[in-house]
Amino acid sequence: MPPFGVVKMEDVVVEVRNLKKYFPIKLGFFKSLRSKEAPVVHAVDDVSFSIRSTEILGLVGESGSGKTTTGRCLLRLIEPTEGKIFFDGQDMASLTSGDMTKLRAKMQIIFQDPYASLNPRMNVHNIVSEPLRIQRLCGSRDEMRERVTKVLEDMGLTPAREFLYRFPHELSGGQRQRVAISRAFVVEPSFLVADEPVSMLDASIRTDVLDLMLGLVKRTRCSFLYITHDMALARYICNRIVVMYLGKIVEIGFAEDVIKNPLHPYTQALINAVPVPDPTARHARATIKGEIPSPINPPSGCRFHTRCRYAEEICMENEPALIEVENEHFTACARSPLIDKQSIK
Amino acid sequence: MSLLEVKNLRMYYETLRGYVKAVDDVTFYVKRGEALGLAGESGCGKTSAALSIMRLLPPNAKIIEGTILFNGEDVTKMHIKKFRKEFCWKKTSVIFQGAMNCLFPIKKIGDQIVEPVMIHEHVSKEGALERARKLLDLVGVGAERIDRYPHELSGGLKQRVMIAMALACNPELVIADEPTTALDVVMQSQILNVIEQLQKELNLSMILISHNLSVIADTCDTTAIMYAGKIVEYADVTTLFKKPLHPYSEKLINAFPSIVGERRVLSSISGSPPDLLDPPPGCRFHPRCPYVTQKCKENEPELIQASSQHWVACHLLG
Repeated sequence: MPPFGVVKMEDVVVEVRNLKKYFPIKLGFFKSLRSKEAPVVHAVDDVSFSIRSTEILGLVGESGSGKTTTGRCLLRLIEPTEGKIFFDGQDMASLTSGDMTKLRAKMQIIFQDPYASLNPRMNVHNIVSEPLRIQRLCGSRDEMRERVTKVLEDMGLTPAREFLYRFPHELSGGQRQRVAISRAFVVEPSFLVADEPVSMLDASIRTDVLDLMLGLVKRTRCSFLYITHDMALARYICNRIVVMYLGKIVEIGFAEDVIKNPLHPYTQALINAVPVPDPTARHARATIKGEIPSPINPPSGCRFHTRCRYAEEICMENEPALIEVENEHFTACARSPLIDKQSIK
Repeated sequence: MSLLEVKNLRMYYETLRGYVKAVDDVTFYVKRGEALGLAGESGCGKTSAALSIMRLLPPNAKIIEGTILFNGEDVTKMHIKKFRKEFCWKKTSVIFQGAMNCLFPIKKIGDQIVEPVMIHEHVSKEGALERARKLLDLVGVGAERIDRYPHELSGGLKQRVMIAMALACNPELVIADEPTTALDVVMQSQILNVIEQLQKELNLSMILISHNLSVIADTCDTTAIMYAGKIVEYADVTTLFKKPLHPYSEKLINAFPSIVGERRVLSSISGSPPDLLDPPPGCRFHPRCPYVTQKCKENEPELIQASSQHWVACHLLG
């Protein structure tokens, strides 16, 4: 059973069980003779969660907390070391590469940087129709063109025929990201990973792209895994939030519960770190000190204890389990009941 | 008197297709110990305006008009040799955007901090290194890291090194050009803490350039919102965020999600910023403005004083 209560299986689109991803570190020949075990980077370490249908699940954490690796494992863009991923109840690890290709029509990704994720030598039509060609979803060229035109118009690139034969360098950042979203949506997926899709965009167009995604969820009933480091953004777009720290989940809950009542000191710190667009609400940015420790030798016990102001001996020894504190609000902190809620603004 | 007075600055880039009007009639002041935020979308001329002060612009940039007075002295008319010797880095310095690419990869960070000190202050290398150690402690890198190379440091630490470099010759004004853009929220808040604390301790004046209005609301005293090379609104930070008068500022402020209060709908600004080679006539914001009138399309609005500390360039108020 997933660690966050009973979820009706028919509601779950993607289920992740005990996902682990370790990256081996390459050693030189002599060093590898001397050391017994090859060191590994514990990028994702025993992570379980599920994504429900028509939900935007936020995956939040600092750089280096394993968010992107998790997102890529879900799509098998990188092979997980251990653990299972179920997509519509189907175990993805058991699929052959042919079946996997078929499944890829249902799951897509939107990358962070629209300046890097679009091939500069392909025009918009070719970029957006590539998934259709790979999946062999279109019988004729006209049909393909029609589908591409329709999806571009749905994404707000109107009139689409003006964009069809342009190249990425002729588009602005916001338009490029719309092309990237069109490419993901042209195959009508039921699940998408969005890896910080608006972090490279200007504030004035950012809202448009966010609202576009919110609209798509309503219209096409797909689900999103939304990866970000900004709690304010996660609050705006997500239904539920998963907070990750150094490869582990430290808190899961509905967005408003997590923001209004954060149970883990790390979540608190992430919330306090967000600047507030209101000069009268200025507060001391009582955030955590230092940087995320090395994932090669993560700290013992609770991985956050080296930076936590509530840390005690117990935190260094025992690894806290993810427990349900409120309705569908889970945290992995041994000292959670003692956290001073008043310290949050 | 203000420490820095930028008056009617026009700075155009000369290109084969004509002049790109990157900074067009921009006026702002920075008092001693004050932090000014320059905000706007990418390509609105905020960096160009600030780097004009440092004369760090590419060769095709031409200052057409205007004065930049620093302590009453016009920087634009100063001889370049005198400027480099006496002004650059000693009076004003810059914290550049994207520290990852701004440090020289094959020199130790200590040596890089020492360089401006030795050039400008004629101290021995030992003395300069001592200063560098103090600076590294001040910005929270730690003096023991003085012999590290940039690739051994994380993004946040590199940004701190950049801050230490900017402070190396005790400048009076620091220009911070998007100091936190490439960093995640935790690092961002740590760096902003450092900047804010140093600004108070050393009584620095600062120009903070950012596209993130939340960052400006959090750290600055006054704010200028720029659009397409012009300042559209200029006020102290509380007035601007509580009572924005220009439609562009209002929309931009509401485009940022907040973590406090209730979740609200964010506004967006349709369209894209104009081509500065050929900006639209009248108010430059009129093609994207929801309240556009005929007057906006024809006449260019002047920056008018709405209250004692509040200037706006919009016909809706005139």
